[in-house]
Amino acid sequence: MTRRLFASLLLVLTLAPGAAARQPSQPPQRQDEFVPLSELPPEERLPSAPLLVAAYAFVWLALGGYVLSVARRLTSVQKEVERLDADVRRGTRA
Amino acid sequence: MPRWFFPASVVCFLMFVASPVLIANAPYEATMGLVQKIFYYHVPSAMTFFVAAFVCGVNSWRYLFGKSAQADRVAAAAAELAVVFGAITLVTGPLWARKSWGVWWQWDVRLTSSLMMWMIFVAYLLVRKYGGAGSEKLAAGLALFGMANVPFVYISVNVWRTIHPTTNVVPTLPVSMGGPFWFCLAAFLLLFVLLLQLRVQLERQRARVDALYLALED
Repeated sequence: MTRRLFASLLLVLTLAPGAAARQPSQPPQRQDEFVPLSELPPEERLPSAPLLVAAYAFVWLALGGYVLSVARRLTSVQKEVERLDADVRRGTRA
Repeated sequence: MPRWFFPASVVCFLMFVASPVLIANAPYEATMGLVQKIFYYHVPSAMTFFVAAFVCGVNSWRYLFGKSAQADRVAAAAAELAVVFGAITLVTGPLWARKSWGVWWQWDVRLTSSLMMWMIFVAYLLVRKYGGAGSEKLAAGLALFGMANVPFVYISVNVWRTIHPTTNVVPTLPVSMGGPFWFCLAAFLLLFVLLLQLRVQLERQRARVDALYLALED
């Protein structure tokens, strides 16, 4: 009984997508009117300004952050060079 | 630091400050409108990404086959810049695409190959940082693959079918759009040269630290 039920379920699952595919596809609905962009509901509008501001803000922040990171790394390495230079000089004097 | 570094930094800063004014005055593109203005930073950053990849590849070649330590420093500096400018390209592109294509990302050949190229340079930096002794040579090999990707990424839009604009857009820009574009490209390339100089200086100082530690041990 269970096996027969499983076989029928498998048959339905196998044939269903094919049957659905054979259904004639619905033609796209004809457009009866043109809607001005300003009359679109707010959730369907995609404003350009936030995307533009986000792009420029990202570029400035990324470049500024990178310049700061290089400057900080350079300062710390230069300090280390000065410290080691002093140690080497002290070592050679002794 | 060379004598030209400070005046060139001032010029570059002023160029970046002036660029939004030029971009704001450039005309709107007919089909994309305001969002198309991302183009003025997106394309120059992509071109700088290509230049950085090329500089890294050429210097990695010089390091591998000419054993030049200076070339290795330049390659490491250029790889980091390739990652920075590549990240800018890969972030600004989807922000533009969301409005003009209706999707953030499309797995087409230009976008996918750009992402792969960027990942090669991320891998370069990771190999150098965590690869242990001898990782510079392994990373240099990776950089050659990264450089080989540059022409492939560039021509991909002309050879394969893709929704990304072709390379014909830039040469056919009208003066009103071309002016701000070439100005921004000059600003990005100048910034690249300055950052490369700064970053190579950092590598030079690191090499000096290593030499001083060895001197102390002796």
